[in-house]
Amino acid sequence: MITFDAVTKEFPGGSVAVDHLSLELPTGQITVFVGPSGCGKTTSLRMINRTIEPTSGTISIDGEDVTTQDAALLRRKIGYVIQNAGLFPHRTIADNIATVPLLNGVDKKQARQEAVELLTRVGLDESMARRYPSQLSGGQQQRVGVARALAADPPVMLMDEPFSAVDPIVRDDLQKEFLRLQSEIGKTIAFVTHDIDEAIKLGDNVAVLREGGHLAQLGTPQELLDHPADQFVADFVGRDRGFRALSFMTAADLETEPVTAYVDRQHDVRLVLDGDGRPAGWSVGGSPDLHALPATFTADDSLRLVTDLAITSPAGAAVRVDPDGVADGVVAHEAVARHLTSLRQGG
Amino acid sequence: MITYLQNNYPEVLSDLRQHVWLSLVPVLIGALLALPVGFLAVRRRSLYQPIVNLGGIIYSVPSLALFAVIPAVLGTGIVSPLNVVVGLSLYTFALLTRTVADALISVQGQATQAAFAMGFRPLRQLFGVELPMALPVLFAGLRVATVANISLVSVGALIGTGGLGNLFTGGFQLGFVEPIVVGIVLSMALAALCDVGLVLALRAMTPWTRTGARA
Repeated sequence: MITFDAVTKEFPGGSVAVDHLSLELPTGQITVFVGPSGCGKTTSLRMINRTIEPTSGTISIDGEDVTTQDAALLRRKIGYVIQNAGLFPHRTIADNIATVPLLNGVDKKQARQEAVELLTRVGLDESMARRYPSQLSGGQQQRVGVARALAADPPVMLMDEPFSAVDPIVRDDLQKEFLRLQSEIGKTIAFVTHDIDEAIKLGDNVAVLREGGHLAQLGTPQELLDHPADQFVADFVGRDRGFRALSFMTAADLETEPVTAYVDRQHDVRLVLDGDGRPAGWSVGGSPDLHALPATFTADDSLRLVTDLAITSPAGAAVRVDPDGVADGVVAHEAVARHLTSLRQGG
Repeated sequence: MITYLQNNYPEVLSDLRQHVWLSLVPVLIGALLALPVGFLAVRRRSLYQPIVNLGGIIYSVPSLALFAVIPAVLGTGIVSPLNVVVGLSLYTFALLTRTVADALISVQGQATQAAFAMGFRPLRQLFGVELPMALPVLFAGLRVATVANISLVSVGALIGTGGLGNLFTGGFQLGFVEPIVVGIVLSMALAALCDVGLVLALRAMTPWTRTGARA
């Protein structure tokens, strides 16, 4: 657990970046610091590994005040990932990953070998180990950045806008893989972003900061969306927070119509299945060219996905599939609306 | 010309040998001195301007005057080769201090921030991250200093130790053009050879700069 106790950072010249910040980052969870520019989120993060020293207050990790420890040794116990990865251009990928183990005096051969194993852990091919950072794409470099932070198996990781500099599709991949990785390793993570969508997607807890380094609200993403503490949080979370909140509702309880109702119907828009019963596409106006489905959903997915699929489909309906990909139900957007109405009345 | 070389090659060879060490030893000494001082100028930014100015002043002292003053200051003999070594070391130091400081400043960025945040201590960060990244800029300065030294050694002939410069003074005194031409050609060839050597050394030390970088 990382604890901030009345932490204040005043820079020379009198600007206060963080003002009496007190909060706890639970062990094994992702806590996201989010807020507009100048809210002190990066400063807060950097005070944890003492790359910035607080003016007053204490930060402790598992009860131990960070300022009582040797700064360099403290930092080696805390994984660090930054925007654009910040890899060493003159070192191979394997040596980049092995940075902290090598600092700690681990045998070179062993450190490199472990680095290569970490490569596959973050979804890269082992053949990348001998390349240099400039030979990798931005997304690949960022994966190496994560691997480098994990190399010494630190209990705590700090991530400063790690996925901000890559394009949206790569970012989405990186975020998903990051969550998968975290489910395996369970690190205590402090994550900084200015993107509320990313905060909601990744955070177990989200700390919304306002300018001048004040904590506006700390809560789970759903608490933030359902009960913003004040107008600032409500504005920051955004106008479409109702739609975002659908991310936390399951599609399991939706009433579905049988697939046959859409396959056999006499209608301009019909569902076409392949020989195995998997959805092949929508047939519109009898044309032989099928409209491919943007995606399908399973009972584990969120209402947000189902709603999106339903309103973008030519039939106004989303197709549910079983684990084998066989279509086993169809949900029209009217059914989603009915479901939401019943939830509101029930809750 | 051929006859001149046939008759005088032992002298020419010994002048060339002297020229090599008179010019290259100071590069080494000057570079070793410039490293810590350049590093200091980066660490203590308030010292950057004074240090760079000092380098400029040293470099602006005329070489002949410097060679003549050094024996008086150091108490070395007026014809001691040490005078040339000390003088050229000073020039190299003056030239490279700024190069070192600017090279180290130029590599500050994401990678050095990351190094600091991952637990590098200052010296290890200097030798493990900053200097290797600064090699291309450092070598640019080193090439200039080396070539400048090779050309400056000749001036030492006027105070008795000048490597190939001895051929120039000898040629002038005796009214022979051959030794002057031989001296110029060998001096330029030596400069070119050292320059190529430095380029190759840099290539060998920086494989990461030739990886067909992506944008």
